[in-house]
Amino acid sequence: MAIVVNEETKLVISGLTGREGTFHGLRNRSYGTDVVAGVTPGKGGQDVEGIPVYDKVAEAIAERDANTSMIFVPARFAAAAITEAIDAGVHTVIAITEGIPVYVMLGVYWKARDAGVRLIGPNCPGVLSPGKSNVGIIPAHFFDPGAIGVVSKSGTLTYQIGNELKQAGTGNSSIVGIGGDPIVGSDFIDVLALFEEDDETELIVMVGEIGGDAEERAADFIAEQVSKPVVAYIAGFTAPPGKQMGHAGAIISGSSGTAEAKKEALEARGVRVGRSPTESAQLAVEAMRAIA
Amino acid sequence: MDLLEYQGKQLFAKHGVPVPDGRYADTVPAAVEAAEEVGYPCVIKAQVRIGKRGKAGGIKIANDFDEARSHAEAILGMEIRGFTVHEVWVERASRIDAEYYTSIILDRSEKKLLVMLSRMGGMDVEEMAETDPSGLIKRHIEPAEEFTAEAARQISIDARIDEDASDQVAELLVKLHDVALAEDATLIEINPLIVTSDRKVVALDSKMTIDNSALYRHEELSELRDRSAEDPQEQMAKEKGLTYVKLGGNIGILGNGAGLCMSTLDVVAQAGGKPANFLDAGGGSKADAIVAALEVITSDENVNAILFNIFGGITRCDEIAKGIIEASERIDLDVPLVVRLDGTNSEEGLRLLAEAELPDLHLEKTMLGAAERVVEIASG
Repeated sequence: MAIVVNEETKLVISGLTGREGTFHGLRNRSYGTDVVAGVTPGKGGQDVEGIPVYDKVAEAIAERDANTSMIFVPARFAAAAITEAIDAGVHTVIAITEGIPVYVMLGVYWKARDAGVRLIGPNCPGVLSPGKSNVGIIPAHFFDPGAIGVVSKSGTLTYQIGNELKQAGTGNSSIVGIGGDPIVGSDFIDVLALFEEDDETELIVMVGEIGGDAEERAADFIAEQVSKPVVAYIAGFTAPPGKQMGHAGAIISGSSGTAEAKKEALEARGVRVGRSPTESAQLAVEAMRAIA
Repeated sequence: MDLLEYQGKQLFAKHGVPVPDGRYADTVPAAVEAAEEVGYPCVIKAQVRIGKRGKAGGIKIANDFDEARSHAEAILGMEIRGFTVHEVWVERASRIDAEYYTSIILDRSEKKLLVMLSRMGGMDVEEMAETDPSGLIKRHIEPAEEFTAEAARQISIDARIDEDASDQVAELLVKLHDVALAEDATLIEINPLIVTSDRKVVALDSKMTIDNSALYRHEELSELRDRSAEDPQEQMAKEKGLTYVKLGGNIGILGNGAGLCMSTLDVVAQAGGKPANFLDAGGGSKADAIVAALEVITSDENVNAILFNIFGGITRCDEIAKGIIEASERIDLDVPLVVRLDGTNSEEGLRLLAEAELPDLHLEKTMLGAAERVVEIASG
């Protein structure tokens, strides 16, 4: 099974002809992802190492049965590209692009919800289901197939934890980077719900950080609707209030959004929270052994 | 980006939100001239990005020329909780009948704008929510709907705003919503929103946050941003295009990726150290980026050791190692460097660094080990 992307994923990449789009699109293909098309307005008819390029997403769907879209276009044009993919009829859109204005994303968020399209990102590393499909920029060699689902706001932290899980002999069903922007298409709870339903996933690792209250809401959701064990890590205990720590959404506003509050909310609902990425990976490995 | 009070008020004025007549000044003579122009009594207000300025002595009323001068002298250059006052806003004093509170913020959880209004202004919103939760009216704006004058009037009525001011407040809410969308403001707070003795509703304060990702469509605001960093390292980092936040400790930190970098600060603090900064070197960290980052970190004279925490994903650790070696040739590093390389090609990276035999370079394989090492070196 796995979640969001799998063997059935047929990927169309908006922005395939750009430098980053080409680099990662070809990496995804060499991993085994079925990259069926690229889209760049005005470049229809060309190809990128055998991947046909179309002017419109709708053509890629009609000609190549694409069902999932990845967005690699610059921030100013990304919202239009997401909207185009939603209108054309893919069921999933994964937006890698960083720097889309918040109010532009607000409109896109509701459009995706109303259309019933799953949107991951923006400003995210993508989704990897080891052994099946990789859509985005996650370096797949840190992850083996297995039973641990990972959902994270941060790319490099996820790789760090994934690598430790792999060294401990465990693997992953899917790794979902939800992104570090204030408004993202899928929050922790959306992905937790998918992992709860997924046959391959036996344990979930959640990697959060300061800002907003997605972790607190996830804590409530876990208590009420997740039967599988969840282990968490939260970054940003030393972050001062009012300062944006790299990610647009990573900011403590007044007294809300602190790492301490998130950790407390999770622990109050029985979720174990590691003090470092290493400790969280160890907790996950212990929990996996307890299941087996 | 957080705007100063006067910058927010200028945006208010642009969109027809009533504000008192005021002038900007950054020297004592200019402040006195501003006071003479707006007339007495006037208020001289320190412009800093921190709350409770009044209690710190940063807001003073001047009744004549001499008071204007002595207040301006006292306020310009003063320190308010770590922020030096470089600018003041001189404003005609208002006669206040009532103080309200209002804000429009982006509610990240609900993915909607949230309007709040209360007739108890002057205290902070958390306090308000505790003192009288029913008095603080909160209403979301539905994404598919317009924010109408009628909806705004209902909020005003529900908040029990004085009858003769109610329509003015409602009109102001609609205009604030326009400001939020037009200026890409994800937070606008007016506290207090006053009713003057001649029953006019006026924004006496302004707190506003602009979405950094939207600055490309607000040229005049981008210019403000360039002047907004007060700290010399933050200014330098901005010029070099690096994401840097000063934290005040003695251990310089460089990581790749925002999440890993935040985590590095936490782990160093757990090991008993005090991080000097947050610095995300980003994805493809080549020599130029590493040189730039080291220049910024070492320009902070408190720094006496640096931790380089890299987990190579797409970025290859051997490339990072080459970057560090090249950087050490290009700049004069006089503080010890602890380097942790893990992930893609880390063996090769560590080998290159070991062979280069750089002075005062300490190699570590794990993040925790590196954190402990750098704390030990920095405190030794």
